[in-house]
Amino acid sequence: MGSMQAIADWFKWLAGAHGINVSIAYDAFDRARFLTGLSTTVWLSVACIVLSILVGLVGAWLQGARSPLVRAAVAGFVQFFRNTPPLVQLAFFYFAVSAALPMVTDQFGARVPLVNNVGWAVISFSLFAGAFNIEIFRSGIEAVPQATTEAAEALGYTRLQSYIYVVFPLAFRICLPALGNNLVNLVKTTTLAYAIGVPELLYAAAQVWSETFNVREMMVVLLLTYVAIVAVLVWFMQRWERRLRIPGYNA
Amino acid sequence: MKTGQTDLPVLLPSRPPATPGEWGLSDASAVFGSRKVLAALVAFAVLSVAVAEAADANARPGILATVLKWTPLIATGFLFNLAVSVASMAVGTVAGVMLGLGQISIFRPVRGISWAATQFFRNSPWLVLLFFAMFLLPFEMKIGGVTVALPAWFKAIIGLALPVMANVAEIVRGGIRSIPVGQWESAESLAFTRFQTLWRIILPQAVKRMIPPWMNLYAILTMATTLISVVGIQDAMTLTRGALVAEARTDLYLPLYAMLLLLFFVYCYPIARLTQALERRFAVRI
Repeated sequence: MGSMQAIADWFKWLAGAHGINVSIAYDAFDRARFLTGLSTTVWLSVACIVLSILVGLVGAWLQGARSPLVRAAVAGFVQFFRNTPPLVQLAFFYFAVSAALPMVTDQFGARVPLVNNVGWAVISFSLFAGAFNIEIFRSGIEAVPQATTEAAEALGYTRLQSYIYVVFPLAFRICLPALGNNLVNLVKTTTLAYAIGVPELLYAAAQVWSETFNVREMMVVLLLTYVAIVAVLVWFMQRWERRLRIPGYNA
Repeated sequence: MKTGQTDLPVLLPSRPPATPGEWGLSDASAVFGSRKVLAALVAFAVLSVAVAEAADANARPGILATVLKWTPLIATGFLFNLAVSVASMAVGTVAGVMLGLGQISIFRPVRGISWAATQFFRNSPWLVLLFFAMFLLPFEMKIGGVTVALPAWFKAIIGLALPVMANVAEIVRGGIRSIPVGQWESAESLAFTRFQTLWRIILPQAVKRMIPPWMNLYAILTMATTLISVVGIQDAMTLTRGALVAEARTDLYLPLYAMLLLLFFVYCYPIARLTQALERRFAVRI
Protein backbone atom coordinates (compact mmCIF):
# COMPACT_ATOMS: atom_id res chain seq x y z
CA MET A 1 0.00 0.00 0.00
CA GLY A 2 2.87 2.28 0.90
CA SER A 3 4.52 1.76 -2.49
CA MET A 4 1.19 2.51 -4.24
CA GLN A 5 1.10 5.79 -2.35
CA ALA A 6 4.71 6.49 -3.37
CA ILE A 7 3.87 5.90 -7.05
CA ALA A 8 0.84 8.18 -6.77
CA ASP A 9 2.97 10.86 -5.11
CA TRP A 10 5.60 10.59 -7.81
CA PHE A 11 3.00 11.07 -10.57
CA LYS A 12 1.56 14.02 -8.66
CA TRP A 13 5.06 15.53 -8.52
CA LEU A 14 5.49 14.80 -12.26
CA ALA A 15 2.27 16.68 -13.03
CA GLY A 16 3.28 19.64 -10.88
CA ALA A 17 6.92 19.90 -11.86
CA HIS A 18 6.84 18.93 -15.55
CA GLY A 19 3.20 19.22 -16.55
CA ILE A 20 3.01 15.54 -17.49
CA ASN A 21 -0.39 14.85 -16.00
CA VAL A 22 -1.16 11.12 -15.80
CA SER A 23 -4.19 11.83 -13.66
CA ILE A 24 -5.34 8.20 -13.47
CA ALA A 25 -2.19 7.38 -11.48
CA TYR A 26 -3.04 9.62 -8.49
CA ASP A 27 -6.64 10.78 -8.88
CA ALA A 28 -9.00 8.13 -7.46
CA PHE A 29 -12.00 9.40 -9.44
CA ASP A 30 -10.22 9.37 -12.81
CA ARG A 31 -8.67 6.00 -12.02
CA ALA A 32 -12.05 4.48 -11.14
CA ARG A 33 -13.49 5.71 -14.44
CA PHE A 34 -10.56 4.37 -16.40
CA LEU A 35 -10.70 0.98 -14.68
CA THR A 36 -14.45 0.75 -15.29
CA GLY A 37 -13.77 1.45 -18.96
CA LEU A 38 -11.06 -1.19 -18.99
CA SER A 39 -13.34 -3.81 -17.42
CA THR A 40 -16.11 -2.94 -19.92
CA THR A 41 -13.69 -3.38 -22.82
CA VAL A 42 -12.47 -6.72 -21.46
CA TRP A 43 -16.01 -7.91 -20.79
CA LEU A 44 -17.20 -6.74 -24.21
CA SER A 45 -14.23 -8.43 -25.92
CA VAL A 46 -14.74 -11.75 -24.13
CA ALA A 47 -18.49 -11.80 -24.85
CA CYS A 48 -17.89 -10.97 -28.54
CA ILE A 49 -15.08 -13.54 -28.86
CA VAL A 50 -17.27 -16.35 -27.47
CA LEU A 51 -20.32 -15.38 -29.54
CA SER A 52 -18.34 -14.82 -32.74
CA ILE A 53 -16.75 -18.26 -32.43
CA LEU A 54 -20.24 -19.73 -32.00
CA VAL A 55 -21.42 -17.86 -35.11
CA GLY A 56 -18.38 -19.19 -36.94
CA LEU A 57 -19.01 -22.80 -35.88
CA VAL A 58 -22.68 -22.79 -36.79
CA GLY A 59 -22.04 -20.93 -40.05
CA ALA A 60 -19.23 -23.24 -41.13
CA TRP A 61 -21.44 -26.24 -40.43
CA LEU A 62 -24.37 -24.76 -42.36
CA GLN A 63 -22.05 -23.99 -45.26
CA GLY A 64 -21.65 -27.73 -45.78
CA ALA A 65 -25.43 -28.25 -45.81
CA ARG A 66 -27.15 -30.07 -48.66
CA SER A 67 -29.73 -27.36 -49.32
CA PRO A 68 -28.37 -24.79 -51.80
CA LEU A 69 -30.67 -22.19 -50.25
CA VAL A 70 -28.97 -22.49 -46.83
CA ARG A 71 -25.54 -22.35 -48.45
CA ALA A 72 -26.50 -19.23 -50.41
CA ALA A 73 -27.83 -17.57 -47.27
CA VAL A 74 -24.58 -18.25 -45.40
CA ALA A 75 -22.49 -17.03 -48.35
CA GLY A 76 -24.58 -13.86 -48.55
CA PHE A 77 -24.22 -13.27 -44.81
CA VAL A 78 -20.46 -13.73 -44.91
CA GLN A 79 -19.89 -11.49 -47.93
CA PHE A 80 -22.20 -8.81 -46.62
CA PHE A 81 -20.58 -8.52 -43.20
CA ARG A 82 -17.06 -8.77 -44.60
CA ASN A 83 -17.53 -6.04 -47.18
CA THR A 84 -19.38 -3.33 -45.27
CA PRO A 85 -17.95 -0.99 -42.62
CA PRO A 86 -18.41 -2.30 -39.07
CA LEU A 87 -19.28 1.20 -37.89
CA VAL A 88 -22.20 1.42 -40.32
CA GLN A 89 -23.28 -2.09 -39.30
CA LEU A 90 -23.30 -0.93 -35.70
CA ALA A 91 -25.35 2.16 -36.59
CA PHE A 92 -27.66 0.00 -38.68
CA PHE A 93 -28.38 -2.25 -35.70
CA TYR A 94 -28.44 0.39 -32.99
CA PHE A 95 -30.49 3.04 -34.80
CA ALA A 96 -32.40 1.22 -37.53
CA VAL A 97 -33.09 -2.32 -36.34
CA SER A 98 -33.63 -1.13 -32.79
CA ALA A 99 -36.26 1.37 -33.98
CA ALA A 100 -38.08 -1.40 -35.83
CA LEU A 101 -38.25 -3.59 -32.71
CA PRO A 102 -40.96 -3.15 -30.04
CA MET A 103 -40.24 -1.23 -26.82
CA VAL A 104 -40.45 -2.95 -23.44
CA THR A 105 -41.13 -1.68 -19.92
CA ASP A 106 -38.22 -1.92 -17.50
CA GLN A 107 -38.43 -2.49 -13.74
CA PHE A 108 -38.95 1.24 -13.10
CA GLY A 109 -41.87 1.39 -15.51
CA ALA A 110 -39.99 3.33 -18.19
CA ARG A 111 -40.31 2.45 -21.88
CA VAL A 112 -36.92 1.27 -23.08
CA PRO A 113 -35.72 -0.41 -26.28
CA LEU A 114 -35.69 -4.21 -26.29
CA VAL A 115 -31.89 -4.29 -26.62
CA ASN A 116 -29.70 -1.51 -25.21
CA ASN A 117 -26.52 -0.04 -26.73
CA VAL A 118 -24.22 -2.57 -25.05
CA GLY A 119 -26.41 -5.39 -26.33
CA TRP A 120 -26.29 -4.06 -29.90
CA ALA A 121 -22.53 -3.64 -29.69
CA VAL A 122 -22.18 -7.30 -28.67
CA ILE A 123 -24.57 -8.49 -31.40
CA SER A 124 -23.05 -6.31 -34.13
CA PHE A 125 -19.40 -7.13 -33.39
CA SER A 126 -20.16 -10.83 -32.92
CA LEU A 127 -21.82 -11.02 -36.32
CA PHE A 128 -19.01 -9.00 -37.94
CA ALA A 129 -16.22 -11.15 -36.50
CA GLY A 130 -18.38 -14.27 -36.87
CA ALA A 131 -18.56 -13.74 -40.64
CA PHE A 132 -14.75 -13.82 -40.76
CA ASN A 133 -14.71 -16.84 -38.45
CA ILE A 134 -17.01 -18.77 -40.80
CA GLU A 135 -14.51 -18.29 -43.62
CA ILE A 136 -11.60 -19.21 -41.34
CA PHE A 137 -13.28 -22.40 -40.08
CA ARG A 138 -14.34 -23.31 -43.60
CA SER A 139 -10.78 -23.08 -44.87
CA GLY A 140 -9.70 -25.21 -41.91
CA ILE A 141 -12.34 -27.82 -42.67
CA GLU A 142 -11.30 -27.86 -46.32
CA ALA A 143 -7.72 -28.51 -45.25
CA VAL A 144 -8.70 -31.74 -43.46
CA PRO A 145 -7.91 -34.58 -45.89
CA GLN A 146 -10.94 -36.05 -47.65
CA ALA A 147 -9.83 -39.55 -46.64
CA THR A 148 -10.34 -38.67 -42.97
CA THR A 149 -13.99 -37.77 -43.58
CA GLU A 150 -14.48 -40.86 -45.70
CA ALA A 151 -12.98 -43.04 -42.99
CA ALA A 152 -15.39 -41.53 -40.45
CA GLU A 153 -18.27 -42.17 -42.83
CA ALA A 154 -17.13 -45.77 -43.32
CA LEU A 155 -17.19 -46.21 -39.55
CA GLY A 156 -20.86 -45.21 -39.54
CA TYR A 157 -20.59 -41.62 -38.28
CA THR A 158 -23.41 -39.31 -39.32
CA ARG A 159 -22.48 -35.95 -40.88
CA LEU A 160 -22.90 -34.14 -37.54
CA GLN A 161 -20.96 -36.79 -35.62
CA SER A 162 -18.05 -36.82 -38.05
CA TYR A 163 -18.05 -33.00 -37.92
CA ILE A 164 -17.95 -32.92 -34.12
CA TYR A 165 -15.61 -35.83 -33.39
CA VAL A 166 -13.34 -36.03 -36.42
CA VAL A 167 -13.29 -33.07 -38.80
CA PHE A 168 -13.65 -30.17 -36.44
CA PRO A 169 -10.95 -31.10 -33.88
CA LEU A 170 -8.46 -31.30 -36.75
CA ALA A 171 -9.76 -28.23 -38.59
CA PHE A 172 -9.68 -26.12 -35.42
CA ARG A 173 -5.99 -26.76 -34.92
CA ILE A 174 -5.28 -25.82 -38.53
CA CYS A 175 -7.11 -22.52 -38.32
CA LEU A 176 -6.03 -21.36 -34.85
CA PRO A 177 -3.42 -18.84 -36.14
CA ALA A 178 -5.95 -17.21 -38.49
CA LEU A 179 -8.54 -17.24 -35.72
CA GLY A 180 -6.08 -15.50 -33.41
CA ASN A 181 -5.56 -12.71 -35.96
CA ASN A 182 -9.28 -12.21 -36.32
CA LEU A 183 -9.86 -12.10 -32.56
CA VAL A 184 -7.15 -9.45 -32.22
CA ASN A 185 -9.02 -7.48 -34.86
CA LEU A 186 -12.25 -7.99 -32.94
CA VAL A 187 -10.74 -6.56 -29.75
CA LYS A 188 -9.61 -3.51 -31.73
CA THR A 189 -13.08 -3.20 -33.26
CA THR A 190 -14.72 -2.92 -29.82
CA THR A 191 -13.51 0.71 -29.74
CA LEU A 192 -16.27 1.51 -32.26
CA ALA A 193 -18.79 1.04 -29.43
CA TYR A 194 -17.66 4.55 -28.43
CA ALA A 195 -19.84 5.84 -31.28
CA ILE A 196 -23.02 4.59 -29.61
CA GLY A 197 -22.00 5.62 -26.11
CA VAL A 198 -20.93 2.31 -24.62
CA PRO A 199 -18.67 3.28 -21.68
CA GLU A 200 -15.64 1.26 -22.81
CA LEU A 201 -11.97 2.17 -22.57
CA LEU A 202 -11.87 4.83 -25.31
CA TYR A 203 -15.05 6.43 -23.95
CA ALA A 204 -13.67 6.48 -20.41
CA ALA A 205 -10.37 7.95 -21.61
CA ALA A 206 -12.23 10.63 -23.57
CA GLN A 207 -14.18 11.52 -20.41
CA VAL A 208 -10.97 11.84 -18.44
CA TRP A 209 -9.14 13.97 -21.00
CA SER A 210 -12.07 16.28 -21.64
CA GLU A 211 -12.24 17.13 -17.93
CA THR A 212 -8.59 16.98 -16.89
CA PHE A 213 -7.22 18.39 -20.20
CA ASN A 214 -4.49 15.76 -20.47
CA VAL A 215 -5.14 14.44 -23.99
CA ARG A 216 -1.46 13.76 -24.67
CA GLU A 217 -0.87 11.64 -21.56
CA MET A 218 -4.18 9.79 -21.75
CA MET A 219 -3.62 9.03 -25.42
CA VAL A 220 -0.30 7.35 -24.64
CA VAL A 221 -1.85 5.44 -21.71
CA LEU A 222 -4.75 4.39 -23.95
CA LEU A 223 -2.55 3.14 -26.78
CA LEU A 224 -0.28 1.26 -24.38
CA THR A 225 -3.32 -0.31 -22.68
CA TYR A 226 -4.67 -1.57 -25.99
CA VAL A 227 -1.28 -2.92 -27.03
CA ALA A 228 -1.13 -4.70 -23.64
CA ILE A 229 -4.63 -6.21 -24.07
CA VAL A 230 -3.71 -7.44 -27.55
CA ALA A 231 -0.41 -8.84 -26.22
CA VAL A 232 -2.28 -10.83 -23.56
CA LEU A 233 -4.65 -12.21 -26.17
CA VAL A 234 -1.80 -13.15 -28.53
CA TRP A 235 0.06 -14.84 -25.66
CA PHE A 236 -3.05 -16.77 -24.71
CA MET A 237 -3.69 -17.89 -28.31
CA GLN A 238 -0.10 -19.07 -28.70
CA ARG A 239 -0.33 -21.06 -25.47
CA TRP A 240 -3.58 -22.59 -26.65
CA GLU A 241 -2.00 -23.51 -29.96
CA ARG A 242 0.87 -25.28 -28.20
CA ARG A 243 -1.51 -27.03 -25.81
CA LEU A 244 -3.64 -28.38 -28.65
CA ARG A 245 -0.76 -29.46 -30.85
CA ILE A 246 -0.87 -33.13 -31.85
CA PRO A 247 2.72 -34.40 -32.02
CA GLY A 248 3.58 -35.50 -35.54
CA TYR A 249 0.39 -34.19 -37.11
CA ASN A 250 0.76 -31.37 -39.60
CA ALA A 251 4.15 -30.55 -38.07
CA MET B 1 -6.37 -37.67 -86.26
CA LYS B 2 -8.77 -34.88 -85.56
CA THR B 3 -10.62 -35.54 -82.32
CA GLY B 4 -13.44 -33.18 -83.22
CA GLN B 5 -14.82 -35.35 -86.02
CA THR B 6 -15.63 -38.57 -84.25
CA ASP B 7 -18.59 -39.73 -82.31
CA LEU B 8 -16.70 -42.48 -80.54
CA PRO B 9 -16.70 -41.32 -76.93
CA VAL B 10 -13.26 -42.80 -76.31
CA LEU B 11 -11.70 -40.52 -78.87
CA LEU B 12 -13.29 -37.34 -77.56
CA PRO B 13 -11.24 -35.20 -75.22
CA SER B 14 -12.33 -35.78 -71.64
CA ARG B 15 -13.18 -32.11 -71.31
CA PRO B 16 -12.96 -29.11 -73.61
CA PRO B 17 -9.44 -27.66 -73.59
CA ALA B 18 -9.19 -24.88 -71.04
CA THR B 19 -8.53 -21.43 -72.41
CA PRO B 20 -6.95 -19.47 -69.60
CA GLY B 21 -7.86 -15.80 -69.98
CA GLU B 22 -5.60 -12.89 -69.27
CA TRP B 23 -5.24 -12.62 -65.46
CA GLY B 24 -7.63 -15.56 -65.20
CA LEU B 25 -10.39 -13.00 -65.09
CA SER B 26 -12.04 -13.42 -68.47
CA ASP B 27 -15.13 -14.55 -66.62
CA ALA B 28 -16.89 -11.45 -65.34
CA SER B 29 -18.37 -13.45 -62.49
CA ALA B 30 -14.89 -13.64 -61.03
CA VAL B 31 -15.24 -9.98 -60.18
CA PHE B 32 -18.92 -9.60 -59.60
CA GLY B 33 -19.30 -12.82 -57.76
CA SER B 34 -21.74 -15.62 -57.65
CA ARG B 35 -25.37 -14.95 -58.41
CA LYS B 36 -26.22 -16.31 -54.97
CA VAL B 37 -24.49 -13.45 -53.23
CA LEU B 38 -26.11 -10.91 -55.52
CA ALA B 39 -29.51 -12.49 -54.98
CA ALA B 40 -29.08 -12.41 -51.20
CA LEU B 41 -28.04 -8.77 -51.51
CA VAL B 42 -31.06 -7.72 -53.54
CA ALA B 43 -33.26 -9.65 -51.10
CA PHE B 44 -31.75 -7.67 -48.22
CA ALA B 45 -32.41 -4.32 -49.93
CA VAL B 46 -35.96 -5.23 -50.89
CA LEU B 47 -36.65 -6.60 -47.42
CA SER B 48 -35.47 -3.51 -45.58
CA VAL B 49 -37.55 -1.25 -47.82
CA ALA B 50 -40.53 -3.59 -47.49
CA VAL B 51 -40.32 -3.72 -43.69
CA ALA B 52 -40.15 0.05 -43.56
CA GLU B 53 -42.95 0.43 -46.11
CA ALA B 54 -45.19 -1.94 -44.12
CA ALA B 55 -44.57 0.01 -40.93
CA ASP B 56 -45.54 3.24 -42.69
CA ALA B 57 -49.30 3.48 -42.21
CA ASN B 58 -49.69 7.20 -42.83
CA ALA B 59 -49.85 8.66 -46.31
CA ARG B 60 -46.51 10.48 -46.26
CA PRO B 61 -44.11 10.60 -49.20
CA GLY B 62 -43.11 7.04 -50.05
CA ILE B 63 -40.06 5.48 -48.48
CA LEU B 64 -38.45 4.75 -51.82
CA ALA B 65 -39.00 8.30 -53.07
CA THR B 66 -37.46 9.75 -49.91
CA VAL B 67 -34.47 7.43 -50.08
CA LEU B 68 -33.92 8.38 -53.73
CA LYS B 69 -34.17 12.05 -52.81
CA TRP B 70 -31.25 11.76 -50.38
CA THR B 71 -29.16 9.37 -52.49
CA PRO B 72 -27.20 12.04 -54.43
CA LEU B 73 -26.17 13.82 -51.21
CA ILE B 74 -25.06 10.63 -49.48
CA ALA B 75 -23.26 9.52 -52.65
CA THR B 76 -21.31 12.81 -52.59
CA GLY B 77 -20.27 12.01 -49.04
CA PHE B 78 -19.29 8.55 -50.16
CA LEU B 79 -17.04 10.04 -52.85
CA PHE B 80 -15.34 12.04 -50.09
CA ASN B 81 -14.79 8.76 -48.20
CA LEU B 82 -13.20 7.30 -51.32
CA ALA B 83 -10.96 10.35 -51.74
CA VAL B 84 -9.80 10.00 -48.13
CA SER B 85 -9.17 6.28 -48.64
CA VAL B 86 -7.02 6.89 -51.73
CA ALA B 87 -4.99 9.62 -50.02
CA SER B 88 -4.45 7.57 -46.85
CA MET B 89 -3.49 4.54 -48.88
CA ALA B 90 -0.91 6.57 -50.82
CA VAL B 91 0.64 8.07 -47.69
CA GLY B 92 0.47 4.78 -45.79
CA THR B 93 1.98 2.77 -48.63
CA VAL B 94 4.99 5.04 -49.07
CA ALA B 95 5.66 5.11 -45.31
CA GLY B 96 4.93 1.40 -44.96
CA VAL B 97 7.34 0.36 -47.72
CA MET B 98 10.11 2.28 -45.97
CA LEU B 99 9.19 0.73 -42.61
CA GLY B 100 9.00 -2.74 -44.16
CA LEU B 101 12.41 -2.38 -45.78
CA GLY B 102 13.68 -1.05 -42.46
CA GLN B 103 12.67 -4.34 -40.87
CA ILE B 104 15.06 -6.27 -43.12
CA SER B 105 17.86 -3.73 -42.77
CA ILE B 106 21.32 -5.02 -41.90
CA PHE B 107 21.67 -2.33 -39.21
CA ARG B 108 20.33 -3.69 -35.95
CA PRO B 109 18.97 -0.36 -34.53
CA VAL B 110 17.03 0.39 -37.76
CA ARG B 111 15.62 -3.13 -37.69
CA GLY B 112 14.63 -2.86 -34.04
CA ILE B 113 12.96 0.53 -34.34
CA SER B 114 11.08 -0.48 -37.51
CA TRP B 115 9.88 -3.66 -35.84
CA ALA B 116 8.70 -1.85 -32.72
CA ALA B 117 6.90 0.86 -34.72
CA THR B 118 5.20 -1.74 -36.89
CA GLN B 119 3.99 -3.77 -33.92
CA PHE B 120 2.81 -0.70 -32.06
CA PHE B 121 0.74 0.75 -34.90
CA ARG B 122 -0.52 -2.63 -36.04
CA ASN B 123 -1.87 -3.60 -32.65
CA SER B 124 -3.57 -0.32 -31.78
CA PRO B 125 -7.21 0.22 -32.69
CA TRP B 126 -7.76 2.36 -35.80
CA LEU B 127 -10.16 4.65 -34.01
CA VAL B 128 -7.68 5.37 -31.22
CA LEU B 129 -4.95 6.17 -33.77
CA LEU B 130 -7.38 8.49 -35.52
CA PHE B 131 -8.07 10.30 -32.23
CA PHE B 132 -4.31 10.35 -31.67
CA ALA B 133 -3.72 12.18 -34.96
CA MET B 134 -6.71 14.49 -34.62
CA PHE B 135 -5.77 15.71 -31.14
CA LEU B 136 -2.01 15.61 -31.14
CA LEU B 137 -1.16 17.07 -34.56
CA PRO B 138 -1.05 20.86 -34.34
CA PHE B 139 -3.70 22.86 -36.19
CA GLU B 140 -0.99 24.76 -38.02
CA MET B 141 2.68 24.28 -38.74
CA LYS B 142 5.53 26.64 -39.46
CA ILE B 143 7.62 25.44 -42.37
CA GLY B 144 10.47 27.84 -43.11
CA GLY B 145 8.60 30.91 -41.91
CA VAL B 146 5.42 30.02 -43.78
CA THR B 147 2.49 29.04 -41.59
CA VAL B 148 0.61 26.12 -43.08
CA ALA B 149 -2.80 25.33 -41.66
CA LEU B 150 -3.50 21.63 -41.07
CA PRO B 151 -7.22 21.16 -41.72
CA ALA B 152 -9.14 18.37 -39.98
CA TRP B 153 -9.41 16.24 -43.12
CA PHE B 154 -5.64 16.33 -43.52
CA LYS B 155 -5.14 15.12 -39.97
CA ALA B 156 -7.73 12.39 -40.55
CA ILE B 157 -5.80 11.18 -43.61
CA ILE B 158 -2.63 10.96 -41.50
CA GLY B 159 -4.54 9.23 -38.70
CA LEU B 160 -5.83 6.56 -41.05
CA ALA B 161 -2.44 6.26 -42.77
CA LEU B 162 -0.74 5.21 -39.49
CA PRO B 163 -2.32 1.74 -39.23
CA VAL B 164 -2.10 1.36 -43.03
CA MET B 165 1.62 2.06 -42.81
CA ALA B 166 2.13 -0.69 -40.21
CA ASN B 167 0.09 -3.19 -42.19
CA VAL B 168 1.91 -2.37 -45.45
CA ALA B 169 5.19 -2.84 -43.59
CA GLU B 170 4.12 -6.35 -42.63
CA ILE B 171 3.01 -7.10 -46.20
CA VAL B 172 6.37 -5.91 -47.58
CA ARG B 173 8.34 -7.88 -45.01
CA GLY B 174 6.24 -11.00 -45.58
CA GLY B 175 6.53 -10.68 -49.36
CA ILE B 176 10.30 -10.33 -49.25
CA ARG B 177 10.63 -13.22 -46.79
CA SER B 178 8.53 -15.46 -49.03
CA ILE B 179 11.30 -15.38 -51.66
CA PRO B 180 13.64 -18.35 -51.11
CA VAL B 181 17.04 -17.61 -49.58
CA GLY B 182 18.63 -19.26 -52.62
CA GLN B 183 17.74 -16.18 -54.67
CA TRP B 184 19.72 -13.94 -52.31
CA GLU B 185 22.63 -16.35 -52.28
CA SER B 186 22.85 -16.77 -56.05
CA ALA B 187 22.64 -12.99 -56.50
CA GLU B 188 25.48 -12.57 -54.03
CA SER B 189 27.57 -15.14 -55.83
CA LEU B 190 26.99 -13.17 -59.05
CA ALA B 191 28.44 -10.10 -57.28
CA PHE B 192 25.23 -8.14 -57.02
CA THR B 193 25.27 -5.57 -54.22
CA ARG B 194 22.60 -5.81 -51.54
CA PHE B 195 20.67 -2.92 -53.09
CA GLN B 196 20.90 -4.44 -56.59
CA THR B 197 19.73 -7.80 -55.30
CA LEU B 198 16.75 -6.23 -53.60
CA TRP B 199 15.81 -3.91 -56.45
CA ARG B 200 16.43 -6.19 -59.43
CA ILE B 201 15.84 -9.70 -58.12
CA ILE B 202 13.86 -9.90 -54.89
CA LEU B 203 11.36 -7.06 -55.19
CA PRO B 204 10.16 -7.82 -58.74
CA GLN B 205 9.21 -11.31 -57.56
CA ALA B 206 7.88 -10.22 -54.17
CA VAL B 207 5.65 -7.42 -55.49
CA LYS B 208 3.43 -9.99 -57.18
CA ARG B 209 2.71 -11.60 -53.86
CA MET B 210 2.23 -8.30 -52.08
CA ILE B 211 -0.50 -7.05 -54.39
CA PRO B 212 -3.41 -9.24 -53.17
CA PRO B 213 -2.95 -8.47 -49.43
CA TRP B 214 -2.36 -4.82 -50.33
CA MET B 215 -5.70 -4.68 -52.13
CA ASN B 216 -7.34 -6.41 -49.21
CA LEU B 217 -5.89 -3.73 -46.94
CA TYR B 218 -7.28 -1.04 -49.24
CA ALA B 219 -10.78 -2.50 -48.91
CA ILE B 220 -10.40 -2.54 -45.11
CA LEU B 221 -9.20 1.07 -45.18
CA THR B 222 -12.15 2.16 -47.34
CA MET B 223 -14.50 0.68 -44.77
CA ALA B 224 -12.53 2.31 -41.96
CA THR B 225 -12.93 5.79 -43.52
CA THR B 226 -16.38 5.95 -41.88
CA LEU B 227 -14.50 6.39 -38.59
CA ILE B 228 -13.81 10.02 -39.54
CA SER B 229 -17.48 10.73 -38.84
CA VAL B 230 -16.79 9.88 -35.17
CA VAL B 231 -14.17 12.63 -34.94
CA GLY B 232 -16.48 15.17 -36.56
CA ILE B 233 -15.64 15.22 -40.25
CA GLN B 234 -18.52 15.27 -42.68
CA ASP B 235 -18.61 12.02 -44.64
CA ALA B 236 -21.28 9.64 -45.96
CA MET B 237 -22.10 8.49 -42.44
CA THR B 238 -22.54 12.03 -41.11
CA LEU B 239 -24.69 12.99 -44.10
CA THR B 240 -26.88 9.91 -43.61
CA ARG B 241 -27.43 10.89 -40.00
CA GLY B 242 -28.12 14.46 -41.13
CA ALA B 243 -30.70 13.28 -43.63
CA LEU B 244 -32.40 11.23 -40.91
CA VAL B 245 -32.49 14.22 -38.57
CA ALA B 246 -33.90 16.42 -41.34
CA GLU B 247 -36.68 13.95 -42.15
CA ALA B 248 -37.39 13.10 -38.49
CA ARG B 249 -39.07 9.81 -39.45
CA THR B 250 -38.13 6.61 -37.67
CA ASP B 251 -39.35 4.50 -40.59
CA LEU B 252 -36.48 5.88 -42.72
CA TYR B 253 -33.72 4.56 -40.46
CA LEU B 254 -33.72 1.05 -41.86
CA PRO B 255 -33.72 1.87 -45.61
CA LEU B 256 -31.24 4.77 -45.40
CA TYR B 257 -28.68 2.87 -43.35
CA ALA B 258 -29.22 -0.16 -45.60
CA MET B 259 -28.46 2.03 -48.60
CA LEU B 260 -25.24 3.26 -47.00
CA LEU B 261 -24.23 -0.34 -46.31
CA LEU B 262 -24.99 -1.22 -49.93
CA LEU B 263 -22.89 1.69 -51.23
CA PHE B 264 -19.86 0.32 -49.42
CA PHE B 265 -20.68 -3.24 -50.39
CA VAL B 266 -20.91 -2.41 -54.07
CA TYR B 267 -17.47 -0.81 -53.90
CA CYS B 268 -15.67 -3.29 -51.63
CA TYR B 269 -17.08 -6.61 -52.81
CA PRO B 270 -15.62 -6.45 -56.35
CA ILE B 271 -12.24 -5.58 -54.79
CA ALA B 272 -12.50 -8.66 -52.57
CA ARG B 273 -13.33 -10.87 -55.57
CA LEU B 274 -10.48 -9.41 -57.61
CA THR B 275 -8.13 -10.02 -54.68
CA GLN B 276 -9.18 -13.67 -54.53
CA ALA B 277 -8.71 -14.06 -58.28
CA LEU B 278 -5.24 -12.50 -58.13
CA GLU B 279 -4.35 -14.69 -55.14
CA ARG B 280 -5.18 -17.78 -57.16
CA ARG B 281 -3.24 -16.50 -60.12
CA PHE B 282 -0.14 -15.55 -58.14
CA ALA B 283 -0.18 -18.77 -56.09
CA VAL B 284 3.38 -19.87 -55.27
CA ARG B 285 5.16 -21.35 -58.28
CA ILE B 286 8.84 -21.58 -57.52
